[in-house]
Amino acid sequence: MASNMETTRGFSLRRWFNGLERQDRSVLISYTMIILLIIFGTIFITPNFASPTFLTQQLRLASFLGIIAAGQMAVILTGNIDLSIPWTLNLSAVIATSIAAGENERLLLGVAAGLGIGLIVGLVNGIGVAYLRIPSMVLTLGVNAVLKGITVVYTGSAPQFQQTPDVLSRAATDVLFGFVSVAVLIWGLVSLVHYLVLSRSGLGRKTYAVGNNEIASYLSGVKTPRVLIMVFVMSGVLNALAGLLLAGNAGRSFNEMGEPFLLPAIAAVVVGGTSILGGSGKYLGTIAGVIIIRLLDGALNIVQVAPAAKDVTFGLVILAMLFLYGRGERVRE
Amino acid sequence: MSAIETRETAAPFRRFILRNFRLGIAFVITFVLLGITASLNERFFTPPVITSTANQSMTLVFAGMAQTSVVITGGIDLSVGPIISMSNSLASATFLEGDDGLNIILVVVLVLAVGALAGLINGLIVVYGRLQPIIVTLATSSVYSGIALFLRPRPGGYVPRIYGDLLTRRVGQLLPSDFFGAEPSGIMAFLNNFFDYIPASLIFLIIVLVVVWIPFRRSRLGMWVYAVGSNEGAAYMSGVNVRLAKVAAYVMGGLFAAIGGLFLTAQTLSGDATTGAVFTLQSIAIVVLGGTSLFGGSGGVAGTIAGAVALRLIPTILFFARVNPLQQPLWEGAVILLAVTAGASRIFTVRSRLDTMR
Repeated sequence: MASNMETTRGFSLRRWFNGLERQDRSVLISYTMIILLIIFGTIFITPNFASPTFLTQQLRLASFLGIIAAGQMAVILTGNIDLSIPWTLNLSAVIATSIAAGENERLLLGVAAGLGIGLIVGLVNGIGVAYLRIPSMVLTLGVNAVLKGITVVYTGSAPQFQQTPDVLSRAATDVLFGFVSVAVLIWGLVSLVHYLVLSRSGLGRKTYAVGNNEIASYLSGVKTPRVLIMVFVMSGVLNALAGLLLAGNAGRSFNEMGEPFLLPAIAAVVVGGTSILGGSGKYLGTIAGVIIIRLLDGALNIVQVAPAAKDVTFGLVILAMLFLYGRGERVRE
Repeated sequence: MSAIETRETAAPFRRFILRNFRLGIAFVITFVLLGITASLNERFFTPPVITSTANQSMTLVFAGMAQTSVVITGGIDLSVGPIISMSNSLASATFLEGDDGLNIILVVVLVLAVGALAGLINGLIVVYGRLQPIIVTLATSSVYSGIALFLRPRPGGYVPRIYGDLLTRRVGQLLPSDFFGAEPSGIMAFLNNFFDYIPASLIFLIIVLVVVWIPFRRSRLGMWVYAVGSNEGAAYMSGVNVRLAKVAAYVMGGLFAAIGGLFLTAQTLSGDATTGAVFTLQSIAIVVLGGTSLFGGSGGVAGTIAGAVALRLIPTILFFARVNPLQQPLWEGAVILLAVTAGASRIFTVRSRLDTMR
């Protein structure tokens, strides 16, 4: 009798899990994955893996990707994609640092210009997708190429690797009280706003609605073009912000600084359980996705495996996560 | 009465135009660019310049063809570049110094098999995993780059000279000098001259088209690939083997990418695990330039070839127009953005706003 009770209880846990919505399930799986990664790292790699110092550092490094992934997630939720990340980030970093010219007093001007670049790029992407109906993958790819051209023209043949002002560097690298990174605080603030927008505002509801069925949303009175423009502006501005912080982190801005972030940002969003088709996904999952990608990278860096093994592992983990989240419906429509 | 007649006679023509509208634009763009190039460089129609233009376009052509076959099904393949890298690394790691015969053939067969296998893996995961192509190939692209890096940790390796020559020189140079007679005259002289203008890479492309693409496109499987991209549900209901068609498209994608890798190897005569990466995004741009819809079901390889040549001509034109080298990426980007958005924008071709939403 007692054992029977136990099986029922065990069964109900499973039933609870299966009863969860797909996106909640993904969030649960992704956080479990983080814990497993830390346990695995502590046992097999180094006891330091679970140390506050290491985790603090990883979290600080994750914040740059996290800010990018937040913007990308909003775009992906509408069923689009933003491939203009690398050079939006790069151009705004280059312009901000050259305007600031290493002086703290001029930093505000530089930051404003940098974020302005992100805003403009977002507007262009958004208008192109919303009104000209250009597939986002194509448009943002082209915009990325143009931004690269502008950056190269702007920096000239010998990019003067502008030093970032002290304040910016400290915003990217300082750690308060030994465990609170300023960069993580910024990521946290971005996340809070992002979370509130997505889950508590009309814009958030409309974002999900457009991703689920754009025609139905449009016919129900949602101003779908505005929604599309808003998500691309969000992505542009957040990319610019990440660019500023990355420049601060490196102490300077330089060309091609954004290239390594495009694919990990998309991977983080998807590993966090957001459907690449749009319409479903939780921002909490995206945060988890970013941390997973970062921890994986950190773990593989410690072991100092060959870059080859790193790439292979990275790919296999993403695939494994996708299979864990469950496969698509078997519907033929 | 006359109106009806006009309609009846005009319909097939109109249909032809509508059907091939995007393909037409692709060819017009390419020929305009060719014209500009030729007007800027008076040596354009000389054998060496034609050959180098063809050679520089060829890897783009194959990368574009790889992407095309997947895009026709409505999918996308982000692993085109990494498969090119992997093929390049594999070839440079398996060519044996001093063996210019059987070894070359074995290497080519091996690389093609590995490329097709990589495509097969993509296809199987997409189809049987029921996962989205963009994210599956994002993951496998990481795996394939890793394998490329494993095969060739640092650039280098041996590639037989004769292999490179065979693919990148001119037909006239490859034939024995007295092939058309010691002192050719008449038709022989013409042929001698003619073959001096023909890049071997062009012959290579034609062979690939005739042996691989055209039989595939004309087979029932090839038709299925278009049917699946056009309307998967309807294709399934009509008895199309949707799974087989999709997997086949990815296998073709892997195969073409491997061919691109083989050509790149002949061109650079060495291996480098990172050279292929740029081709992924370029292949998408080429497909769109070539008039293939990213939503699947339409387009084809002819447009892709035109698109690849167009993409390759842009930097050449900027060079001959003496554009400041620093401004080249900007103009290149602007032209690509313009061409690609003009080709892909759906606002100009629809009756109602709803038609633009998918």
